[in-house]
Amino acid sequence: MHDRSALLHFILGRLSWSAIPYDNPILVWTFVAVSASGIALLGAVTYAGKWGYLWREWFTSIDHKKIGIMYVAFAIVMLLRGIADAVMMRMQQAIAFGANMGFLPPHHYDQIFTAHGAIMIFFVAMPFIVGLMNFAMPMQIGARDVAFPFLNNFSFWMTVAGAMLFMVSLFLGDFARTGWLGYPPVSELAQSPGVGVDYYIWGLQIAGVGTLLSGINMVVTILKMRAPGMTLMKMPIFTWTALCTNALIVAAFPVLTASLALLSLDRYVGTHFFTSDLGGNIMMYINLIWIWGHPEVYILILPMFGVYSEVIATFSGKRLFGYSSMVYATVAIMILSYLVWLHHFFTMGSGADVNSFFALTTMMISIPTGVKIFNWLFTMYRGRIRFDVPMLWALGFLFTFTIGGMTGVMLSVAPADFLLHNSLFLVAHFHNVIIGGVVFGAFAGVNYWFPKAFGFRLDPFWGKVCFWFWLVGFWIAFAPLYVLGLMGVTRRLSHFTDPSLQIWFQIAAFGALLIFLGIVALLIQIVVSIRNRDSLRDPTGDIWDGRTLEWATSSPPPAYNFAFTPIVYERDAWTDMKQRGHERPTEGFKPIDMPRNTGAGVILAGFAFACGFGLVWHIWWLAAGAFASLVGVVIGHSCNYQREYHIPAAEVSRTELAYGRQLAQQASGP
Amino acid sequence: MNTTAGETVKSAAPAFYCTEEPHPQNGALLGFWIYLMSDCFIFAALFACNAVLGGSYAAGPSAKDVVDLPGLAINTALLLLSSVTFGVAMLAMAKDRGRATLAWLAVAGVLAAGFVGLEIREFIHMVAEGAGPDRSAFLSSFFTLVGTHGLHVTFGIIWLITLMVQVGKYGLTADNRRRLNCLGMFWHFLDLIWVGVFSFVYLVGVLR
Amino acid sequence: MSRSSRSAEPRAMDPRQAHGHDRGDRVPHASLKGYLTGFVLAAILTAIPFWLVMDHVVHDKDVTILIILALGAAQIVVHMVFFLHMNTTSENGWNMLALIFTLVLVVIVLGASIWVMYNENANMMPMSPQYAHRKTSW
Repeated sequence: MHDRSALLHFILGRLSWSAIPYDNPILVWTFVAVSASGIALLGAVTYAGKWGYLWREWFTSIDHKKIGIMYVAFAIVMLLRGIADAVMMRMQQAIAFGANMGFLPPHHYDQIFTAHGAIMIFFVAMPFIVGLMNFAMPMQIGARDVAFPFLNNFSFWMTVAGAMLFMVSLFLGDFARTGWLGYPPVSELAQSPGVGVDYYIWGLQIAGVGTLLSGINMVVTILKMRAPGMTLMKMPIFTWTALCTNALIVAAFPVLTASLALLSLDRYVGTHFFTSDLGGNIMMYINLIWIWGHPEVYILILPMFGVYSEVIATFSGKRLFGYSSMVYATVAIMILSYLVWLHHFFTMGSGADVNSFFALTTMMISIPTGVKIFNWLFTMYRGRIRFDVPMLWALGFLFTFTIGGMTGVMLSVAPADFLLHNSLFLVAHFHNVIIGGVVFGAFAGVNYWFPKAFGFRLDPFWGKVCFWFWLVGFWIAFAPLYVLGLMGVTRRLSHFTDPSLQIWFQIAAFGALLIFLGIVALLIQIVVSIRNRDSLRDPTGDIWDGRTLEWATSSPPPAYNFAFTPIVYERDAWTDMKQRGHERPTEGFKPIDMPRNTGAGVILAGFAFACGFGLVWHIWWLAAGAFASLVGVVIGHSCNYQREYHIPAAEVSRTELAYGRQLAQQASGP
Repeated sequence: MNTTAGETVKSAAPAFYCTEEPHPQNGALLGFWIYLMSDCFIFAALFACNAVLGGSYAAGPSAKDVVDLPGLAINTALLLLSSVTFGVAMLAMAKDRGRATLAWLAVAGVLAAGFVGLEIREFIHMVAEGAGPDRSAFLSSFFTLVGTHGLHVTFGIIWLITLMVQVGKYGLTADNRRRLNCLGMFWHFLDLIWVGVFSFVYLVGVLR
Repeated sequence: MSRSSRSAEPRAMDPRQAHGHDRGDRVPHASLKGYLTGFVLAAILTAIPFWLVMDHVVHDKDVTILIILALGAAQIVVHMVFFLHMNTTSENGWNMLALIFTLVLVVIVLGASIWVMYNENANMMPMSPQYAHRKTSW
């Protein structure tokens, strides 16, 4: 390779045939499977002639509902990748004892845990929360879309572009071996000269742009586009958590951007921010990345707290207990989340004074969460509880997350953390709160809002199967890790020498298998629901007897959501409307201007992907050209002043009257 | 119960739907302000790096060795004047004077371009003297913080040129006014950040 | 949202929304006097720190640094008031709230980072003898 011509080097950068992992059977077979299923999928879409439909109705859509659905679908696809990594790790750790080195050599195992963490956080959890907030929040505030619909579409495609960089690393080059946060010195050029860390950096930078813009978008939407009469303290609680989450996104993600940019400068320009020589300070990276990292986990959980509040209130048939204290608790968590980050590196050596301060703040932040748990319990007390699938997930959350939170408080005791830091106890804790909190919330939210999105609900039987596999599987997979962690077992190991530990890992592997079956049940649930959609139909738009405004629309809602903007008088506006005998308008419909679809988001994200790929492989002409094209398209797009299309009053009238007839049929029906 | 204009109908239920659309609120200015707040966080992280790494000279050039205070004064003056002339352009826009707006925008742009030009010259000089960003952590943080600011100004100039072309072509439409207001916020914000940069990175750096 | 005309009927909505023009697009009223005042103040607040450093006016390094930072903060306020027209009412007060939120968090991030890293460096950075006297931050 060293006598490649200069021309070839210019064209291809450091890309060469050796980048393709022929020698790794796992990757070879993955490639075969992905290619085969990819070709099958693309073939099926082509055969059905659906490309035009997909492009027009979905990919270029600026409708917040469709973008929300795409985010959630994307999250589920990436969940499959993330769980594959998890199952491989569990299998490796269950068998790799003593002479048996397992099937994953360390340098491969390291890439798997790095990819697993990064993908689950950035491309599963974040898209789930952004998708749910996108779908539900604008309807909850009585709006027709978000404040910046085009930016919304662009944000989605940037997230996808970032994920695609991660996925390409499977088959071209390798991935980072640093762990999901890319700590130096391992992530610096000296220790990771290959492309892996660069894939990681640019994938996250691209996705990060999308997330930041999404955060700005939703904050402005909530602050400026609420229906008349909806003061802040009359907003649905999910909207409140969305507001706080997006404020955190705006505040935190720039720090991630800066940290990764500084790391990339070290790798590309030879600067010395985090190197081991010439004045670099490795600890500064860890400080900065956790300034982002801690608010990030609150970004993940706060929307889910909002989902649980809506679900528990709806399925208890009662209004949420302690709305005001819920709001104050959410705001308190938002502010406090900026005061605790050092608890991720108690052991790095800042000394007793600093550690004590952050230990105290960490303990303090558990208090508002505790307030929320009590409020949920009091909401259920004396309610008429319906054990539909969303409620099951909420109940599973209450149990699982509370225990996970308690282990967090254990970790916040700095002296205890000196044993438990980076042990399997830590791994068990964060999976406990993320799975128990975020993943369960994602499933609760998806089951809750699915009928609104598609007009039929998800099959309840398979939903319950999925729930029980996940709940039982989670505890069997992670309780052993608490035991192992307390015994001192370190995280991220691919091989062990103490045979007495093996039984715990085998139990954990069985738990992982159950979780995997839970995901299979989820996929079956989706397929069965689509097949049986007529019997699962939601004809009224208010299948759960909901309390908030999104349930005042048809299922699925028209593109414009509300023909007339609702006027709000009380919290739980829809319940108020139902109780006071509202009548849907049947005349006087006005024409509605809606923003037009655009392909600019897809194109820009495509250029961003190309730029990232060029940067990873040092194909400078590609990076520069793609970036210049990106700027060009932005400028070109700004020259397009005609961005709306007109829905005539007659069409609005037709849609609304049809829904009105459907409701009347239901009311007088069987 | 929906009511028709001019009538108040006494009924059991209050009006739950607006019969006329509430006046649409445009979120562009608030949204751009919030974006500027997010930009504050990027700069905060870079300032933090400068605070922590700014004394790590690695036996190389220190701030005293590389900072040219008279040059810095000229640069600061250029950027401040650019900010003021942009403001004058906004005054012209408020008075619907399209040509005056474009003229003052051009002045602001030229001054900012001068700022960027001088900064690039300073950087090239420093690299030639062996005081490049790869020499030490101090120099890394210096180049990055000053360079990030300069990059923002450069993008601002590109945006300015684009808007000038669009105003020239379509006039001072509502959309263009809104965009000029956003650019104005961006412009003044960058001058504000520069106050932090020259105070902390340059002046305090020299004194460390 | 359709751009229909406003109706005269009473309805339960924020009275400020019934105002004559779109508040979202309204820019605070600027004037030439305001810009010139801001310019002069900024120029003075820039000249003083430069003079202090270039002419070594105050002998105490730490005091000089504090003065420079204080004047810098003052100039930032000048820019906000005279150039950015910041006040408590624009965008229904959300601009100011967003700014305060940002400032609080930036102060925390900057202050705590410096405190943390000072302690980390003191405890963890192995200093070779020639650098032992120099602190990497304060």
